[in-house]
Amino acid sequence: MVNSQDAGSAQSPGGGLRRTLLAPRTLFGLVMSALLYGCAAMTLLPLLALLSYLVSQGVGRLHWRILIELPPPPLVEGGGFGPAVVGTLLLVAIASLLSLPLGILAALYLAEFSADQSLASWLRLATQVLSGVPSIVVGMFAYGVVVVATGKFSAVAGGFALSILMLPMIVRTAEDALRLVPSELRQAAVALGATQFQTVAGVVLPAAAPAIVTGMMLAIARAAGETAPLLFTALSTQFWPTGWLDPTPSLAVLIYDFARSPFENQRSLAWAAALVLVILVLITGVLARWVTRRSVR
Amino acid sequence: MKLTLIAALGVAAILLWIAVEIGLEAMPAIQQYAAGFLIATRWNPVKDIYGALPQIYGTLVSSLIGLLLAVLAGIGVALLLSEDFLPRPLQSLLALLVELLAAIPSVVYGLWGIFVLVPLLKPLGTWLHTYLGWLPIFSTPPSGPGMLPAGVILAIMILPTIAAVSRHALRAVPDEWRMAALALGATRWETILNLVLPVAGSSILGAVLLALGRAMSETMAVTMVIGSANRLNFSILATANTIASLIANQFAEASGLHIAALMYTALILFGLTLAINGLAELLVGRRQ
Repeated sequence: MVNSQDAGSAQSPGGGLRRTLLAPRTLFGLVMSALLYGCAAMTLLPLLALLSYLVSQGVGRLHWRILIELPPPPLVEGGGFGPAVVGTLLLVAIASLLSLPLGILAALYLAEFSADQSLASWLRLATQVLSGVPSIVVGMFAYGVVVVATGKFSAVAGGFALSILMLPMIVRTAEDALRLVPSELRQAAVALGATQFQTVAGVVLPAAAPAIVTGMMLAIARAAGETAPLLFTALSTQFWPTGWLDPTPSLAVLIYDFARSPFENQRSLAWAAALVLVILVLITGVLARWVTRRSVR
Repeated sequence: MKLTLIAALGVAAILLWIAVEIGLEAMPAIQQYAAGFLIATRWNPVKDIYGALPQIYGTLVSSLIGLLLAVLAGIGVALLLSEDFLPRPLQSLLALLVELLAAIPSVVYGLWGIFVLVPLLKPLGTWLHTYLGWLPIFSTPPSGPGMLPAGVILAIMILPTIAAVSRHALRAVPDEWRMAALALGATRWETILNLVLPVAGSSILGAVLLALGRAMSETMAVTMVIGSANRLNFSILATANTIASLIANQFAEASGLHIAALMYTALILFGLTLAINGLAELLVGRRQ
């Protein structure tokens, strides 16, 4: 303790329990607390600045038609980013198809079947480290594995890259969800004569499902905003996606391209797309919270 | 049961697969330049001359600026979220907002950076150059995009990581210990500074390292505000480049040795983040 010896002097001369605000220890605490609130304000300031600017720039262009129309050429009013919306959905769907089964199976092993704890903790560490791999490096990896092999930029390559980014998140949230299922449930199932497989498939998985879905949605929301891994896997086009083996536009890459455009109409479209993306992330976040709350109850 | 083990091993194997794939693709450049790549400062795709020092420097310095700006505020927010400063509803509101800060896609930060942050920081840059221009780090007039805006935007982006992981660590300190300190006559801040922070210290260091790894691997937002200049400049007001934004800018148009050189830089970035994240995970030890 820094100054336990002046605990007496920190009290008012009357010897009462009341301390003056200027006593060194109290003053120190007050100053530190003020600094702390300052920290919070400094943190929230950029968030508020960003959100308010985003809304003010994007809301003017927001109309349901921008969700279905083709991007405009320079200097032409109107238009939208319909292809990018469809492309993002396509990419995220491919990524989910690839990562969900693998991720949930891996989580099942970590939470239910891992007899060897040291192996499990190594696998967990590997999963954590995988989540720290730079997304641009994952993009280059997908380029090397899919684009070079198939000879063209495609939705599959982009989806593959996104699936690797989603994987660690799914494993972690699904494992947490499975661990939250009370072990009494498992014991009850086993006592009723269920095999280990029946216990997990019939009792544990359904009980953990809402929380697993939550993690899934958060992973999907994150994947929808990823740009770097798509730059040279899915690439981008101005047109409607033509198939899962062709270059595919996405909202995120569209924002990146149009942000650097010299033309005002394309820039304002970038803001609108950013607003759509953030709204998407917000809705997923709120939905995820709602689902978890219901499952807790 | 076997299937789940295979899946779990598969997830871990992807990590290895990434390393091998990137390593193989980088082989031509590794054979040609070996370790000299790390200290050569020219990057010229036209003449096929490659050296990654400016980008490595840019990656480290932009991340460090971000870290410097974000560490104290991040730990401060974590304290607000874990100790008894705020009433419960306000605390969960703050937690929600910080989560939101983390959920905003990086390309949106970049967009905001181009149109708001860069113009906003320019007067500050001019002031720093005019009055502190004798310092090497402020020795060039501000160029608009550059190392400083990149660092600031990184600070905003990694702050939620520091706050969330540190909060987790602070929460893990048993409440009984806090009560014991308070019962011994410590004030709230004496409890925090002498008990809570030291106990959670290594995990908080882990949180900071995790944020450093995140800052180094951040691509889009940095690419959009750093100015993409492939030369070494010690002034943080000048344009610069990081490994990630170099790749984002050039990979789509690269071919031959250029691809291999970019893969080599990716391998360096991969190695750096792997080491930092691995260390961070061990320090944080989120699961037992």
